[in-house]
Amino acid sequence: MIRDITIGQYYPAESRIHRLDPRVKIVCTLLYLISLFTFQSIIGYALATLFLVSCVKIAKVPFKYIMRGLKPIIILLMITVVFNLFLTPGGQELVHIGFLRVTERGLTTAVYMAIRMIYLIMGSSLMTLTTTPNALTDGIESLLKPLNKIHVPVHDIAMIMSIALRFIPILLEETDKIMKAQTARGADMESGNLIQRAKAMVPILVPLFVSAFRRANDLAMAMESRCYQGGEGRTKMKPLIYQGRDYRAYAITVLYVAAAFVAGRYIPFKLWIF
Amino acid sequence: MIKTEDLVFEYEKRDDDGNVIGKSRAIDEVNLDIAPGQFIAILGHNGSGKSTLAKHMNALLVPTGGTMWVNGMDTREEERVWDIRQSAGMVFQNPDNQIIGTVVEEDVGFGPENLGVPTEEIWKRVEESLKAVGMLEYRHHSPNKLSGGQKQRVAIAGVVAMRPRCIVLDEPTAMLDPNGRKEVLRCVQELQKRDNVTVILITHYMEEVIDADRVFVMDHGHVVMQGTPREVFSQVETLKYYRLDVPQVTLLADELRKQGVDLPEGILRKEELVEALCH
Repeated sequence: MIRDITIGQYYPAESRIHRLDPRVKIVCTLLYLISLFTFQSIIGYALATLFLVSCVKIAKVPFKYIMRGLKPIIILLMITVVFNLFLTPGGQELVHIGFLRVTERGLTTAVYMAIRMIYLIMGSSLMTLTTTPNALTDGIESLLKPLNKIHVPVHDIAMIMSIALRFIPILLEETDKIMKAQTARGADMESGNLIQRAKAMVPILVPLFVSAFRRANDLAMAMESRCYQGGEGRTKMKPLIYQGRDYRAYAITVLYVAAAFVAGRYIPFKLWIF
Repeated sequence: MIKTEDLVFEYEKRDDDGNVIGKSRAIDEVNLDIAPGQFIAILGHNGSGKSTLAKHMNALLVPTGGTMWVNGMDTREEERVWDIRQSAGMVFQNPDNQIIGTVVEEDVGFGPENLGVPTEEIWKRVEESLKAVGMLEYRHHSPNKLSGGQKQRVAIAGVVAMRPRCIVLDEPTAMLDPNGRKEVLRCVQELQKRDNVTVILITHYMEEVIDADRVFVMDHGHVVMQGTPREVFSQVETLKYYRLDVPQVTLLADELRKQGVDLPEGILRKEELVEALCH
């Protein structure tokens, strides 16, 4: 059961989006997410939908996969919608039942909020689905490089992230093994209330941590013996170099953001109250 | 290639409060002289100091007494430490804990990246090294999905890509099944013949050392026996005293000789025994 967890859920496929430089994908996703918060009318969201849907189509990722990312936020989404719907004052009153009232403003904010959150998740899922965890780390390292000037150890952070990603499956397997070993010795992890179950985790966590530290020690030695001395003087096997397609992707995104910003704010087009 | 003179490594024993209660010698006045291109095996049971010795060859540990030269460089010279590690690559016991990359080829590229090798050259080296260990077709795989023997071969490729003069393998087969052991051993022997690198294999499996040029047996930090495999394995009683198992065939031949069968000393392979018995 524990092996079902997937982190950095990459969807392997051959597509134009997959081939893009990770930096492009990170920056464009950020731009897209920001653009979502600038719209004041339905037209902006229509453009955002168009952009997102075409990206998903180009990426050849099944919609099912992107929707899967929404599952964990459903409750959060519902709470946001309900609170916005009933608690925003302003505009004409639409419905009034007992102490609950829905105003025009409330309805529009609730709908916009829902769309924003859903697109936020879908947009970032598309990025993680089309970028390998390694490429993602490389991209982040390269984008954060300016922070080196204020003594942020960017290379080290990226190295830590990629090692963590490499060890997640190993440690998951180990957790599975320890759980089985402790169950065989009579540990009961399934029954009891929350506190009892939390206590039952201790015999799993202790050996897991001990082994993780041992692994860390071994790994550090292996890295040292292969001449690792931090980021300085290091060359890259797969350096990030912008290609023509990456510039085109930047151009398209910037164009979309500008168009959606203008359309979403200044075109006086309204569908009922939206 | 590797030379030691009265090499000593001491560590301090501490009690629970961190007070020094005594000193313990993991390596005690070891003198070695290993010529380039040789296949050397170092044997010893647990705690004999063989792994500690291996770590000295890579300057992961620095001697507390005596001197160790790797490729003519004293391991105590701190500014030479990266040159030493480049010329004496090291493969460790646990295959999972020494693979750094999330993709096979990236892991092999890790060493050359650290050395500051230009990108195209890294690709060339990665391809060559993976080919040398027969793992080229797995280059895009995740190391997590490989078998133990395959992981160790990737680790060896990672060392080979740094173009070392000498490869130190610290019990590389201890965590593998018999097939994986054969796989790794064959790979190491081919490398030694092909590139003429010095191979230092640390192990406690006797079967692995019968092809070595020279064998050292360690016990309590001392080198207690040395010579060709034939010389060492002919002394079955002494090996037993150092808690080492001789290969089954050698043991059988020894027992037979004790019973009065006329056999030469130091039989290492099944074929030799058959040959000797049938004559």
